[in-house]
Amino acid sequence: MSTPTVNASNNADNTANPAKLIIIGNGMVGHHLVEQLVDSSALEHYQVTVFGEERHRAYDRVHLSEYFSGRDAESLALCEADYYATSGVTLRTGEAVIEIDRDSQDVVTDQGRYPYDKLVLATGSYPFVPPIPGNDRDGCLVYRTLDDLDNIRAAAENATNGVVVGGGLLGLEAANALRGLNLDTAVVEFASRLMPMQVDTEGGELLREKIEALGVQVLTERATQRIEDGDASRHRMVFQDDKVLETDLIVFSAGIRPRDQLARECGLEIGERGGVVVDDQCQTSDPAILAIGEVALWNQSIFGLVAPGYQMAKTALSTLTGGDTQFGGADMSTKLKLLGVDVGSIGDAHGNQNPSARMFRYLDPLTQVYRKMVVTSDGKKLLGAMLVGDNSTYDTLLQYYANGIELPDEPAALILPQSSGAAPTLGPGALPETATICSCHNVSKGDICTSIDAGAIDLAGVKDDTKASTGCGGCSALLKSVADHELEARGVDVDKSICEHFTHTRQELYDIVRVEGIKTFSELINKHGNQDTHRLGCDICKPAVASILASCFNEPITDASHISLQDTNDTFMANMQKNGTYSVVPRVAGGEITPDKLIVLGEVAKKYSLYSKVTGGQRIDLFSTRLEDLPDIWSELIAAGFETGHAYGKSLRTVKSCVGSTWCRYGVQDSVGMAIWLENRYKGLRSPHKIKFGVSGCTRECAEAQSKDIGIIATENGWNLYVCGNGGMRPRHAELFATDLDDEQLYRTIDRFLMFYVRTADRLQRTSVWRENLDGGLDYLKEVVLEDSLGINDELEHQMQSVVDTYQCEWADAISDPEKLKRFRSFVNDERPDPSIIMTSERGQLRPA
Amino acid sequence: MNATALKKDMDMADFQNSTTFENHASENNTAWQKVCTKADLVEYSGVAAWLETTDGPVQVAIFYLPEGQQRQGDELYALDHFDPFSNANVIARGIIGDLKGSAVVASPIYKQYFRLEDGQCLEDENVKLRTWKIAFKGDAVWVEG
Repeated sequence: MSTPTVNASNNADNTANPAKLIIIGNGMVGHHLVEQLVDSSALEHYQVTVFGEERHRAYDRVHLSEYFSGRDAESLALCEADYYATSGVTLRTGEAVIEIDRDSQDVVTDQGRYPYDKLVLATGSYPFVPPIPGNDRDGCLVYRTLDDLDNIRAAAENATNGVVVGGGLLGLEAANALRGLNLDTAVVEFASRLMPMQVDTEGGELLREKIEALGVQVLTERATQRIEDGDASRHRMVFQDDKVLETDLIVFSAGIRPRDQLARECGLEIGERGGVVVDDQCQTSDPAILAIGEVALWNQSIFGLVAPGYQMAKTALSTLTGGDTQFGGADMSTKLKLLGVDVGSIGDAHGNQNPSARMFRYLDPLTQVYRKMVVTSDGKKLLGAMLVGDNSTYDTLLQYYANGIELPDEPAALILPQSSGAAPTLGPGALPETATICSCHNVSKGDICTSIDAGAIDLAGVKDDTKASTGCGGCSALLKSVADHELEARGVDVDKSICEHFTHTRQELYDIVRVEGIKTFSELINKHGNQDTHRLGCDICKPAVASILASCFNEPITDASHISLQDTNDTFMANMQKNGTYSVVPRVAGGEITPDKLIVLGEVAKKYSLYSKVTGGQRIDLFSTRLEDLPDIWSELIAAGFETGHAYGKSLRTVKSCVGSTWCRYGVQDSVGMAIWLENRYKGLRSPHKIKFGVSGCTRECAEAQSKDIGIIATENGWNLYVCGNGGMRPRHAELFATDLDDEQLYRTIDRFLMFYVRTADRLQRTSVWRENLDGGLDYLKEVVLEDSLGINDELEHQMQSVVDTYQCEWADAISDPEKLKRFRSFVNDERPDPSIIMTSERGQLRPA
Repeated sequence: MNATALKKDMDMADFQNSTTFENHASENNTAWQKVCTKADLVEYSGVAAWLETTDGPVQVAIFYLPEGQQRQGDELYALDHFDPFSNANVIARGIIGDLKGSAVVASPIYKQYFRLEDGQCLEDENVKLRTWKIAFKGDAVWVEG
């Protein structure tokens, strides 16, 4: 060796020591490999050194443009600063590798030689700068690294305008960055349209219109001939037709090329148009060397997205540790938001890979939406799709494409506007592997399947493995339905028991309670609970049974026999916040409130220093209430005519309304009057999950009724009823259920619908999910509720009437009962409040410190 | 809560006549203390109380499982009221249950389970609530601080 080695000896032959693994490149894919190594037990066998040419440790290149909208290098970093050190991996940033010596198995940098037993190339790619005379002038830059962005930012000072050469995905990202620097921005594209890889002529035209509307100039079919001194600006670009464009700053973003120079120089096999040739194990032509990410050429293809890079990293880990995972290519379907414009591309979006393909196109020039589907000649399968301006159908289309699901009889419905609300949706089985289930921990359906295939045998196992639903918990119902579906698909007998205390589902418990007339939890668990538990129940079955008992018998939930079953929110009839205080939401039916009552809310909020916020359900939420203040506050509110709003309960929340025909010149019915009447009818109904209504006075739909469990829209002849809509985490349009109902038909239909839901849904299952899991779907629901196919409608109506007739305000009941009021003490042996609840002031109100 | 206020609430005579607790010193306020009566408790549920300890006043959560089919006698538990996952004093407001043979309380905020017997968190073996000895003496509830 001509240069002294950094390490005293080459340990390759010394089996007592771990083998030396070197990773060249600390980009997203290289970093992902390190994470995989750390998370597996591979570090027992490898001593890992990573070389990064940049001074920053690995960062999120996908969100690079956010560097100009407030994020700094540290917040873009993919790991904590000490991650490598604490994981036992050596990271050498700012140290570029200049040579690979395959004979001696050394990596050479300007600081020394480093021996390797295994080497991974994760060098990524570099931006292609077209060979235009003048492309190396000051202020001619590229957009790839944080340092590039610093250079762009520096050049943007004293500049008023900028040009991006290249109108592809990265070019539009760069244009967004220039806009972020307040430059007048233009995009110059050689092809006849923007994003030529992803969209066709129609889509490209629409994209151009949308992007020009943002103030970005778009020039297509322009080949830059040379760049020279400008008159008004620093540079002048001269195009093929001698037209010119003056600008202070030029960013080249005309595609990427694999960084394969090191590999070329050491004699590894390189593809014709670049890229290090790898096999299914990500191995190069030298078995000691692997390549992953954008530098790797697999099956004649370079994958310029991060997800396939991550798959290659997983493959490399497997290869390094003796596993047999193979890289088998990747779906390049992608969903983007560029300059705020949705663009989606699925499979063979252009339809040019399948000669017999047929196409559906939908173009709305007013809302600027373009959708295209490429289908097989028999119209049964989706081969590809293209979306511009609206990606809302992307997930569904991707499901059809990725899973080879047979298209509906009229495939066009998938891309046509959904006037009837009958959007074709798919249940858990049809969700794509990539569908995000838990956004807190970024767990996809594929991760859940992997966990099950790796041995998880139940929901708890999946949660342990993936961390899904351990963040905010908002996805728990969706997670359960996906996990159950996947377990069943693998022949696992899924235990549908509600918890370890009962071998029954919620629906079975409901039927038992009704048939046997069981009125308390203790009676139910003693008669029907599992004998081998302590029969205390748990936080799953107790609130579920409390809800069933309330739906059936409507006794106050704070009665002595029920109180210990309730969640803290129901126990104290208020919503617990993160610091242990509660929020209070009185009912404001239909969102209609008198000035006097508004004043009372203000006075109460002022007296008890409550943070006040208007809710999405047209009422007012008073936060930071201390437990011991709740009874006094409610005494004042009840005296002023308020009643409880059940904001804490799995029960009817609000009926949102627009002002309707009373005031609105378009209204055709009194939507406020109907909303108030319905809210008063169903208030206090305990159900498997919360229920929201909306009533709109005309088809303009200002009450957003189609996003509610029950949506009602006025017509000239009465009311149209929509059901099973949802906002929240997984928005779902409500479906049209019945048309032109009169008032009585309307509420009787709702009576039956709601009671059927209460009776048959799982715990914490919103109407939307219930509907998606309902065998027979909407048609079945119509048969039951509208045609009485089960012969239970009289019973359902009777049950609802009994709930309506036994309504009483839970808070009025509680404050009249000294025993119940005892519960509202923060401490049983001291009247002073909890001193650890500390507030601070923000925007003129208190909030938790 | 200061010691004076708490002592005022304590029935010292009753305490000293007690045979159950006679071995415990009454000079300092860290020994057995009466914190409330049976009427303050809620069956199968929790209440919070202040307790004087050598480390100063502590908020404790007191849970009451009455004698029944599954229990030979009344069971009382005293644990930290402080929830280490939310940093709020809320444990007494959690739901009681039994999981895999142990009586537990579920935190009302992020739903972690804590074993009533020893305060052990079931989700994280490194987290454990403190526990205190607790017993009925007649209708009074006594806790060893």
